[in-house]
Amino acid sequence: MHLAYPAVLAALLFCTGLYGVLARRNAILVLMSVELMLNAVNLNLVAFDVWLRDTLHAGQALTLFTIAIAAAEIGIGLAIVLMVYRNRGTSDVDRLRDTAEGHEPDQNAARPEVAA
Amino acid sequence: MSTTTLAVLVPLLPFLGALAGLLLGRTAPGFVRPLAVLPTLAAAVLAVVVAVRQGGGKPISAATELTPTGSVPIDLSLYLDGFAVLVAVLVGVVATCVQVYSTAYLREDPRYPSYAALVSLFTSAMLLVVYSGDLMVLLVGWEIMGICSYFLVGHYWETEAARSASLKAFLVTKLGDVPFLFGLFALAADAGSFQITKILGTVAAGGLDHPTLIALLLLAGVAGKSAQFPLHTWLPDAMAGPTPVSALIHAATMVAAGVYFVARLLPVFAASQAALVVMAVMAAVTMIGSGLAALAQDDIKRVLAYSTIGQLGYMTGALAVGDREAAVFHLLSHGAFKALLFLGAGVIIHAAGTNSLAAMSRMDGLAKRIPDAFWTMTIALLALAAIPPFAGFFSKEAVLVAAEQTATGHSDLAPATAGWVVLVAGVLTALLTAAYAARLWLMAFRGHGAAAPDHGKEPLAMTGVLWLLAVPSIAFGLAFGPLTDWLDGSGLTPTLATSLLGTGAAVIGGLLTYGLWQRATAKAAAAPAAIGAAAAAAAGAATEQPAAMAASTSAATAAAVSAAETPEVDEVTHEHPAVPAGPAPDPGRALLGPLHRHAAAGFHLDAVYDRLFVRPVQASAGLVRFLDREVVDTYVRGAGLGPRLLGALVRRAQTGNVQTYLSALLAGAVVLAIATAVLANVNAGS
Amino acid sequence: MLTAHLAAAAQGPGFLSPTGVEIAFVLVGLATLGAAVITVNTKQLVHAALWLVVALGGIAVEYLLLTAEFIAWVQVLIYLGSVVVLLLFGLMLTKAPIGRSPDADSNNRWVALGVASVAAAALVWVVVDAFRTTWIDLDGPAQGSTKVSGEILFQHWVLPFEALSVLLLAALIGAIVLSRKDDAPTADGAAPAGQAATAATAAPDESKGQR
Repeated sequence: MHLAYPAVLAALLFCTGLYGVLARRNAILVLMSVELMLNAVNLNLVAFDVWLRDTLHAGQALTLFTIAIAAAEIGIGLAIVLMVYRNRGTSDVDRLRDTAEGHEPDQNAARPEVAA
Repeated sequence: MSTTTLAVLVPLLPFLGALAGLLLGRTAPGFVRPLAVLPTLAAAVLAVVVAVRQGGGKPISAATELTPTGSVPIDLSLYLDGFAVLVAVLVGVVATCVQVYSTAYLREDPRYPSYAALVSLFTSAMLLVVYSGDLMVLLVGWEIMGICSYFLVGHYWETEAARSASLKAFLVTKLGDVPFLFGLFALAADAGSFQITKILGTVAAGGLDHPTLIALLLLAGVAGKSAQFPLHTWLPDAMAGPTPVSALIHAATMVAAGVYFVARLLPVFAASQAALVVMAVMAAVTMIGSGLAALAQDDIKRVLAYSTIGQLGYMTGALAVGDREAAVFHLLSHGAFKALLFLGAGVIIHAAGTNSLAAMSRMDGLAKRIPDAFWTMTIALLALAAIPPFAGFFSKEAVLVAAEQTATGHSDLAPATAGWVVLVAGVLTALLTAAYAARLWLMAFRGHGAAAPDHGKEPLAMTGVLWLLAVPSIAFGLAFGPLTDWLDGSGLTPTLATSLLGTGAAVIGGLLTYGLWQRATAKAAAAPAAIGAAAAAAAGAATEQPAAMAASTSAATAAAVSAAETPEVDEVTHEHPAVPAGPAPDPGRALLGPLHRHAAAGFHLDAVYDRLFVRPVQASAGLVRFLDREVVDTYVRGAGLGPRLLGALVRRAQTGNVQTYLSALLAGAVVLAIATAVLANVNAGS
Repeated sequence: MLTAHLAAAAQGPGFLSPTGVEIAFVLVGLATLGAAVITVNTKQLVHAALWLVVALGGIAVEYLLLTAEFIAWVQVLIYLGSVVVLLLFGLMLTKAPIGRSPDADSNNRWVALGVASVAAAALVWVVVDAFRTTWIDLDGPAQGSTKVSGEILFQHWVLPFEALSVLLLAALIGAIVLSRKDDAPTADGAAPAGQAATAATAAPDESKGQR
């Protein structure tokens, strides 16, 4: 099999995830996109590992680690999103603008997603 | 102990007392009074011992060089001649009296410890000036006095008047001190030494290259310190300080320092005839102006302040005719009776509860409340008015004799012009002095109206000091014979002509004032009944006013006075109808006529200075502020504008949206990656 | 260099004569990519999660095609089994609307599209340029079997593996701490009360906007 196929697929998947991270409003959808990006990387790792016939199988081992870390990341990420949602009433990324100048620190607090 | 050691101890003891007072003032309040009085007393006793040992003989000179200071050496040196030891005795005695008096006068004052320490320091500085044989060391004492006077005049710093007065005293004296410093340097440069003996040697050898310049520069400092025209304006304002401080400043220290300095370096001044004439004119203007101003003052302390300026004018006049014995003689006797006057005034103010002469003239029996002050003040005022046989008579006579001798050409030390100027001004001032002394006495002690408030008996520390000072006020003048031995030895004996002239002028002034006062009193007594009539009469008298004014002017200036003129002057009093609320019989008004208004304001010198110096300085400060705010700041603001706009642009990018940030970041990363790839391809291809 | 490349391309199997594995890989890859694109584009949040399942499953199949079977099963277990379930729970807990939500994409979309497409073009260009002649030999002994993976994992990678366990523990504790509801009365002060009040007043129009 040509190495180009998995490599191109990984690149496209990665860019799809990139688009999702940048374009999605909901924090959970952003996390999903991050997962897509991670998987693209994993695919690359596996493909190159198979191509190189590495005796240590570093690519596959790293893939396993990445999967484990991704699981941890999704757990922590979701916990953070939940906490933000609980405190702010929203999980929309572009509403969390506390770092902007001239913004009141808690302007977006108590947005009534709770009621919805 | 040798005389030199004793002389070193004299300035040192009050200095140590001041240090101890400043250090222990808070922690050990019980020690403050002994620490204030005892070192000063010891210094006074030692000064007397030094004076006796020196005995008017050869000057004792001792010097030690602390460290080499280059081409012009500065030594710690003593130079004890007759002048120095006598002035030191005066300083010590007056300072002791002031310290003792202050223990009672400032009994309740919470800042007494620092006050007493500063007075001690002041005394020490003056003693240093007196004994020092080196001009640089003298300057140190000179400047310490300046700063001490600043603190002491501003003792009641809670009041605006005291604050501004202390600042004014400091600035005006400093204004004189700058040329003074230049003069000292020029003198040392010409003589090659700061040692007084060497300088005098150089002068005697004619080695001074620029005598007029040096003398005039030094004269500026002397005018500042000794409150001579035109730098005298700080002295009347310095009355904002406590009364004992006024006594100290006016009688023995500070103002005396200037006269003493000139007396010490008289040959330097005498080397320049022009300087002597300038000094004579300065003295004459000071004398007459201050006499007129003193007649118009209402504050008893301001009257005394102007009288000090006038008496200092006598001393300067004596120096201007080259007779330093007369000057120092008058300095000594004036120190005694002026200290007495101020301390007595303190008692009067204490008893009357006011500074105002007009208010005192509406009080009955003030003299009976404070008999000690009444009698001693009477003595001191007689001395001030130079009535024989009180101290002031002899010393003033010495001045007039010296002036007369110069004017008639018997003495060739100074130009005859200076002699004439001093003589005429001196006689005129004798009249004015007697007039304001009489006015003060009459208004303070012979008032009519409500009974004076009873504050109980004055403490012994205050009255005792008064009697102590009354002794030299009475008798010091008779010592002119022995004094001659201490001084240069050219004789201080009064002559018949000048005695008659001076005393006659004084008696005329006193009698004239008394007559006017009686008129005014009668008028004041009649005033309540005839206010309406007085107003109508004032309108009617308006046509006669020019003539009346002319007459009063002649009365005040030419002293062509007699009882015949009294009716005309009477109309002048009519021109100033006493305020109905409290008619105060004030002979000064009558005597001065239209001049009164100007004299009361010190001839508007403050206003002139305001115009000449304060306003331009303020205007230039305003200009500088304008330049800084509007011109310089415009550039600064302009320089700030660019970054500010840039910042506003950049701030627009800070939306707070994380995704935007990330987009920009990743876009940049992609661009970089592409650039790297392209570059790698290009490099590989080449 | 260039000639060597061309020679290698000429020698190796061409793109125009694909093997069966290649055809399967491309087809599954297209399906995966399509699912991924739908995941990042759909307006319905839950659908996005479900399409993510398809995409991740497709990647698992790709692993299988690349003979990495252990990783394929791990992928299925962890991603399909747990991560997607977690994400669905997250959607549920944040009360994500069911059905189409018009504001699923932010205003940043066009910028994101630009960045993503440029990045894709650059990556694809670089990757294709670098690996267009590289050939993976899938024959021979299995490289990703469970046995092989176990051996290398517990022989060569045991230390990182253990470190990873610590990381997972830390993540576990962190997630618990973060998501625990703070029920202490001191923490529930005036602020949450005020928050609830504003939430109640502003509730109607907000819910209208979401429908």
